Amino acid sequence: MNDTLTDNTMLEVRDIKRDYELPGSLFKPKKIIHAVKGVSFKLERGKTLAIVGESGCGKSTLARMLTFIDEPTSGDLLIDGQKVDTRPGHLTQEMRQKVQIVFQNPYGSLNPRQKIGDVLGEPLAINTSMPAGERRDRATEMLKKVGLGPEHYNRYPHMFSGGQRQRIAIARALMMNPKLLVLDEPVSALDLSVQAQVLNLLADLQDEFGLTYVFISHDLSVVRYIADEVMVMYFGEAVEYGTRDEVFSDPKHEYTRTLFAATPRADIESIRARIAKKKAATAA
Amino acid sequence: MALLQIDNLTVEFETATGWFKAVDGVSLSVEKGEVLAIVGESGSGKSVAMLAVMGLLPWTAKITADRMLFEGRDIQGISPADRRKLIGKDIAMIFQEPIASLNPCFTVGFQIEEVLRIHLGLDKKARRARAIELFKQVGLPNPEERLNHFPHQMSGGQCQRVMIAIAIACNPKLLIADEPTTALDVTIQKQILDLIMSLQAKNGMGLIMITHDMGVVAETADRVVVQYKGRKMEEADVLSLFESPKSNYTKALLAALPENATGDRLTTVSAFFDGNPEPAPEARA
Repeated sequence: MNDTLTDNTMLEVRDIKRDYELPGSLFKPKKIIHAVKGVSFKLERGKTLAIVGESGCGKSTLARMLTFIDEPTSGDLLIDGQKVDTRPGHLTQEMRQKVQIVFQNPYGSLNPRQKIGDVLGEPLAINTSMPAGERRDRATEMLKKVGLGPEHYNRYPHMFSGGQRQRIAIARALMMNPKLLVLDEPVSALDLSVQAQVLNLLADLQDEFGLTYVFISHDLSVVRYIADEVMVMYFGEAVEYGTRDEVFSDPKHEYTRTLFAATPRADIESIRARIAKKKAATAA
Repeated sequence: MALLQIDNLTVEFETATGWFKAVDGVSLSVEKGEVLAIVGESGSGKSVAMLAVMGLLPWTAKITADRMLFEGRDIQGISPADRRKLIGKDIAMIFQEPIASLNPCFTVGFQIEEVLRIHLGLDKKARRARAIELFKQVGLPNPEERLNHFPHQMSGGQCQRVMIAIAIACNPKLLIADEPTTALDVTIQKQILDLIMSLQAKNGMGLIMITHDMGVVAETADRVVVQYKGRKMEEADVLSLFESPKSNYTKALLAALPENATGDRLTTVSAFFDGNPEPAPEARA
């Protein structure tokens, strides 16, 4: 069954679907919401796929399925050439370690009562029988890799800025040496200057560990910078899928074009055009 | 005469380690019909400065300014009763979190009619008619029906439209929009910005747009004030700001935009800017 897979494919998704059921009542029939309506794609090792779309388009549901938080209603998920049995209880530990996720809000995704060192050590404590001293060494090492220092080991999340917290969340995701990292809007809660640092960090880590990224975002300028391939989702369907250059230079679907038109432009020509237009409007 | 003129505004909060200056000697002015953008990262004091103008800061804040004039009238030592007449009528504000800034216990119709009742003293019928007209103006479908809805029955974009309708209900002379589109999708952001800009052009309001998004600045502003750590780093018209930024901080911000990336890494702010909030000499004037 793996004849379509080359050695280089990290992730393959075939016609994956997810329905949610809204319970009915005496007067209201049961309602089924099709959050993801059959999405397929293939992603090579070390590449970045960006998933773009507005809120409610199913991009986060897709991320939850890729990270085994949600079980797909139907469809296949192949990671590293192996078909994943996503039924509860059938997931192997090895498979779970291969895929990790970084969430959008670094203020909400870290336990305020847990020291940073414990945050990073916890995945190792749960999944391995590594002694505490070694866990501590690994956590300190990882802190250095994401641009923090060993002095941060005993601090609590509230002592960090948003950008530093996102670094911690990324470090936590990397503790189990994953191969695939799902990033759910990792920079949308951050300031512009911090966003640049975190994006650079992600690029450095990708080079160092050969990571494959699924990068979920609604910011097209970030996507254009980081992605190799782009998928645009609209109401649970992938309406556009291709390499970055294909999608950005020649968007096929109406919705993609709307999305591009809605993105604010910060180049000097468009500012000039806007000012000229405004002058003409006031003169008239 | 400027619509709003602020000279040397300082806002301080007392902390365990002494007084913290959230806004440090900021001066700015807005003319009638002008769009001024205030840009800065979180913690740069851009919202606090405008809350000081609105008189919405808690009493623990220490606000000092050489001058704070609205249409030539002092609004610093103004009595609370006079302030209530001014705020919401001549100066209105749109807040960042639309769902959180509406009262969940009342219908949106009640909340917009409250403004019309208090400031304009309209009777019930006239209030209803005006509310429907405003909802139509901000592009909410089925305005008659919408009036009876509660905030939780609407999406974020719809709630923001209601907030805008409330803000422009009394045809304010000055509208302060505090990150009006941060919580919204790009397509909705475009609609809301277009709406605010068309209302601004039609009513000739002065508009202060507080944002951290350089794209929003480029699409809306006439003039821009860049703030960092409570201080004004630069003030320029929008074209010269993007074309030839003067302060190192502005240069750094523009270089950090992903669309300005050169090579395979982004330029970070620290490459240009050492974190010293001392403004460039020309910005101090």
